[in-house]
Amino acid sequence: MLTISRSLYDKIVAHARADHPDEACGVIAGPAGSDRPERFIAMMNAERSPTFYRFDSAEQFLLWREMDDNDEEPVVIYHSHTATEAYPSRTDISYASEPQAHYVLVSTREEDATEFRSYRITDGVVTEEPVSVVE
Amino acid sequence: MAIEVRIPTILRTYTDGAKQVEGSGSTLGELFTDLEHRHGGLRDRLVDNGGGLRRFVNVYLNDEDVRFLSGLDTPVKDGDTVTVLPAVAGGAL
Repeated sequence: MLTISRSLYDKIVAHARADHPDEACGVIAGPAGSDRPERFIAMMNAERSPTFYRFDSAEQFLLWREMDDNDEEPVVIYHSHTATEAYPSRTDISYASEPQAHYVLVSTREEDATEFRSYRITDGVVTEEPVSVVE
Repeated sequence: MAIEVRIPTILRTYTDGAKQVEGSGSTLGELFTDLEHRHGGLRDRLVDNGGGLRRFVNVYLNDEDVRFLSGLDTPVKDGDTVTVLPAVAGGAL
């Protein structure tokens, strides 16, 4: 299960809405091993595309080094789908490389309702998990 | 002295769990070949069949993405740090 605060949940949705119709992406870092998402980092989508995302490599390097220095890890890795459902695509599955992370997908295809779902992706296997939003 | 190579979580199965390993070589390609002697299978995750860097792996020399240097031909020397990070990527299709 992903447990996430209301304010971080809202930040992910706001980022996805702001970048629509391009895909938005980012990380919520937390203390290593804690499974607690705490620090929100919106990342650039280097592809600036409505159907693909990729973290900018220089920005990713700096963030990964910073997390390493702070004993943090990417607890949540999120991105948006802007015309399809919030379910991992084949490309999402094949590039998933952080087995301890919650992969959050947000769909902005409906203007007035945002789908927000979370998955584990390990060795090509997708497992959806419940999302608990805490105030 | 040697070249320090930082290994991401997902590739630590090839390094017995080690977060960083050491190797030698005069180019990045030689370094990966040297690592392969002690960490069999690792090179295959970094280099594709055509002998280039895999598309969804980022490799940095110190803090520079080697794609903006000379890829696998990038010169390396003792004291350098090479960092491997899987690209974070995906999309709707």
